[in-house]
Amino acid sequence: MALLEVTDLKVHFKTDDGIVQAVDGVSYTVDRGQALGIVGESGSGKSVSSLTVMGLTRFAGNAEISGSIVFDGQDLLSASDEEMRRLRGNEVAMIFQDPLSSLHPFYKIGDQLVEAVQAHRDVSKAQALDRAVEMLGLVGIPEPRRRVDSYPHEFSGGMRQRVMIAMALINDPKLLIADEPTTALDVTVQAQILDLIQRLQRELDTAIVMITHDLGVVAEVADDIGVMYAGRIVEYADKESIFAMPEHPYTWGLLKSIPRLDSPRGEELVPIPGRPPSLINKPAGCSFHPRCPYVRDAHKRIDPQLAPAAEAGNGGAHKHEVACLLPGQSRRALWAALRSGGTPDQALARVDVPDTVVDKDAVGEVLAPAGTEVAEGVVATAQPEPPTEEGAS
Amino acid sequence: MIPFIIRRLLWMVVLLLVISFLTFVIFYTLPAADPATLRAGRQPSPELLATINHTLGLDRPWYIQYLKYLERLVFHFDFGYSFQNNISVKSQIFDRLPATLALATGGALVWLLVGIPVGIISAIKRGTWMDRVAMGSALVAISAPVYWLGLVSLYLFSKDLGKLPLFEGQGAYPNSGNIFTDPGHVIPALFMPWCVLAASFAAVYARFLRGNLLETMSEDYIRTARAKGLRERTVVFKHGVRSAITPIVTILGLDLGILLGGAILTETVFNIPGVGRLAFDAIQKSDLPTVQGTVLMGAFFIIFLNLIVDIVYAFLDPRVRY
Amino acid sequence: MSTNGATKLIEVTDLQMHFPLRQGIILQKQVGAVRAVDGISFDVFEGETLGLVGESGCGKSTTARLLTRLLEPTSGMIVYKGNDIAHSSRAELKPLRRDMQMIFQDPYSSLNPRKTVGSIIGEPFIIHRLERDDDKRKKLVQELMDRVGLNPEHYNRFPHEFSGGQRQRIGVARAIALKPKLVVADEPVSALDVSIQAQIINLLSELQRELGLTILFIAHDLSVVRHVCDRVAVMYLGKIVELAEADQLFDHPRHPYTGALLSAVPVPDPVLARAKQRQVLGGDVPSPTNPPAACRFHTRCPKARDGVCNVDEPLLEPKEGGNIAACHYPLTGDEIAKRVPTAAV
Repeated sequence: MALLEVTDLKVHFKTDDGIVQAVDGVSYTVDRGQALGIVGESGSGKSVSSLTVMGLTRFAGNAEISGSIVFDGQDLLSASDEEMRRLRGNEVAMIFQDPLSSLHPFYKIGDQLVEAVQAHRDVSKAQALDRAVEMLGLVGIPEPRRRVDSYPHEFSGGMRQRVMIAMALINDPKLLIADEPTTALDVTVQAQILDLIQRLQRELDTAIVMITHDLGVVAEVADDIGVMYAGRIVEYADKESIFAMPEHPYTWGLLKSIPRLDSPRGEELVPIPGRPPSLINKPAGCSFHPRCPYVRDAHKRIDPQLAPAAEAGNGGAHKHEVACLLPGQSRRALWAALRSGGTPDQALARVDVPDTVVDKDAVGEVLAPAGTEVAEGVVATAQPEPPTEEGAS
Repeated sequence: MIPFIIRRLLWMVVLLLVISFLTFVIFYTLPAADPATLRAGRQPSPELLATINHTLGLDRPWYIQYLKYLERLVFHFDFGYSFQNNISVKSQIFDRLPATLALATGGALVWLLVGIPVGIISAIKRGTWMDRVAMGSALVAISAPVYWLGLVSLYLFSKDLGKLPLFEGQGAYPNSGNIFTDPGHVIPALFMPWCVLAASFAAVYARFLRGNLLETMSEDYIRTARAKGLRERTVVFKHGVRSAITPIVTILGLDLGILLGGAILTETVFNIPGVGRLAFDAIQKSDLPTVQGTVLMGAFFIIFLNLIVDIVYAFLDPRVRY
Repeated sequence: MSTNGATKLIEVTDLQMHFPLRQGIILQKQVGAVRAVDGISFDVFEGETLGLVGESGCGKSTTARLLTRLLEPTSGMIVYKGNDIAHSSRAELKPLRRDMQMIFQDPYSSLNPRKTVGSIIGEPFIIHRLERDDDKRKKLVQELMDRVGLNPEHYNRFPHEFSGGQRQRIGVARAIALKPKLVVADEPVSALDVSIQAQIINLLSELQRELGLTILFIAHDLSVVRHVCDRVAVMYLGKIVELAEADQLFDHPRHPYTGALLSAVPVPDPVLARAKQRQVLGGDVPSPTNPPAACRFHTRCPKARDGVCNVDEPLLEPKEGGNIAACHYPLTGDEIAKRVPTAAV
């Protein structure tokens, strides 16, 4: 049984401007000791989904949560506030992006660590302090017995993040959620922290959910990767598949638009045009379609579901799911053109993407009208209705 | 921190000197009633005026007067004698200081005991009827001038004139004795003045704390505290209020400093013999030494309390280092 | 782009910026200093994009501010067009400000929220008295907006009505408004989403070609720097430790610190990630108030040798492959291959 199973999670916030569909039907699993990477940019919903697992979204007051979150056999969404409180910092822990603002500036770190222990364990202050010193040593803080009396602002950025990690792991949680833990840190410090997280994961057998926008970080740390866009997971696969054979145009866009040390220096960056969509008024059909170079008419009307990307030669060993209406064959041909250095326009010129054919599995419950020809693996869409008024555009 | 304190104390001396100088200059350059005439009584003869002028030392140039004043002050701690009644300024001020101290500190206690809980509850229950009622009342309390509030409460509640005689009225403050020597009479007499004085301050503090706490509760370390699995009560008080309340210390110090210079309006309405009344009367009668004395005392309290506040802040916020 | 035969736009010699630390009761004496920039020398050639990389506290942002004279250096020379501007007065600097402009990191705090976009971009024209006529200026501003990819009709909107990427475009438009010679971009894309970064990077490249700009590009993201820059200088604790053409630096870094930086960058390729033996640099960056003696890096350097590295300060000298590095024991080909799998050695 998986340690964490999230199924069709939806988190909508009621605001004065409308309903913000922050998380709009997200499903993923994390096994014991495993690392899941969630990749996305701001507004993708990656943080909100994890905050909901921790039960922290309940404090917002205007959140509507539906779906299911099962952690170690327990249903979290129907759990009481007290039950969730007992899980937080105990079985499931979370570390955040900015370690300076995430630690209380007025209390010594020793006190903050002791607090974390005594919230869940019936031990004396001295015992809790011993545990705190032990953890600080484990995360590589020199002279831990002396440094428990220091305040957060007396540490450097990297040290502070280590303190946060120590605080999160102090009660031996089964799952650690790390939300952009290294984004605010220098690159050499980032390497230290990632190294530390991986080492602790191995030693303590903790499962990890690593949330980041940095594809390099997940390439190092994650086993499986979920790519999020506009509140949904648009691609979900093991790490190797995501990088070797990505199937979603957004993933392609990310891979093509980031400068990398391992690609030729002169190669042009291909940005994804446009901006991430509003979560209040999401685009109709596929939420990525306004920015997708390969968009077809049908994509503006049909909302793709996450479906298996059937691949030749994979043999079903690893799960690879994608939410895209383009037929699998076309996708693979497009990526082949892109990875050899082509731009989306060049790829489109070389690959024939049929206009009215979409991936059957991605369509989900939207059915083609009666009488449409259904070919194997693909379905033909109905022609768009002709405009009823003259001159309608 | 010690060098910091020493520096501040030295600055305090400089500031007090400057203030005494400015007060002197203002007194002599702005048109005001001639103290000799006020003292002399009806239709004074020119000789009488001249004698009084000489006695008071007013016939000498102002800078000589100032230097003489400074000399007496610094070397003998002598504030001079009132132009009006020849009583030593120092004794007058110190006689009336306990009343002002009692009024200001008592008032402060009341407004802290009322304002802080109201502020916290409003923030926690933001948007509910409790919050709206509290903030609405706060707005009323801030808008009501203290003398109006004072007169209204006398009208309603004072034992001698009020509609619902509950509390001691205007004449209740004993003529001799203060809160230390005669608490039995002084405390009941101060009860209404405390409430009236505290009203607008409590309101300001409640609103301020509410805003501060709401802002604090959206800080990252609150999210961490919840993520650690702490009880919500611990999160709100130990993490939230503890941060939100530190700026209150600063404004408390400043407010107290100002009030210790004399809460003129409250003292007048309730007939409390404090330093504020003394200063007010002295200004009206152009009684320079008394004016000078009360101004310097008020300035001293403000500067001193500013320093205390800064020192206390360093203990409350470990990031502050002098 | 090779620098042979190119003209120098700016020559920096022994530039120093020490921020004093004072203590005392009445008279504040200087007891020490934060040695943010501690003696650096380099040239900026016309038309090139020079990258300045390093981590927090290395002095790169301070260097940027010194070059544009937002700060006055403690000592050293900054020669622009034959004149040393290191200690020029404000009046002398004013005409030069047309030639040197800056783009800042945070698109949210570097634009005045009370001014419309039109007035923000138009301000340079007013300050330098180049276009007093309101209508003509508006036209110029709208052309600029269009050039950087903004809708000219949004002339009267306020910064908060734009996204982060658009705000950065506003900053770019303002910087190039007077067609400067030098643009100092201080971390221009760090605060932006990944998919927007490429847009801004491409924009800067286009503008550089079009306007013949010289760009000093300051960043901590090495992948971005490699993509954008012709030459790169690596800074550590106020000193330049390596300076080389981009190809040279990334293919065969010579200074161990550069090697550590490159080794630390997570590459979006799982195969390379596994193959890499990452060199994890221990400890923290020492304080710039009390930097280590001789070679600043010796306290963390895996190749440091007692008696040499903590005694003799290495000079910036040419090493194998054309890089200029300040090191007694530069990296060998083998070391590079192990730690930096992206290097071509």
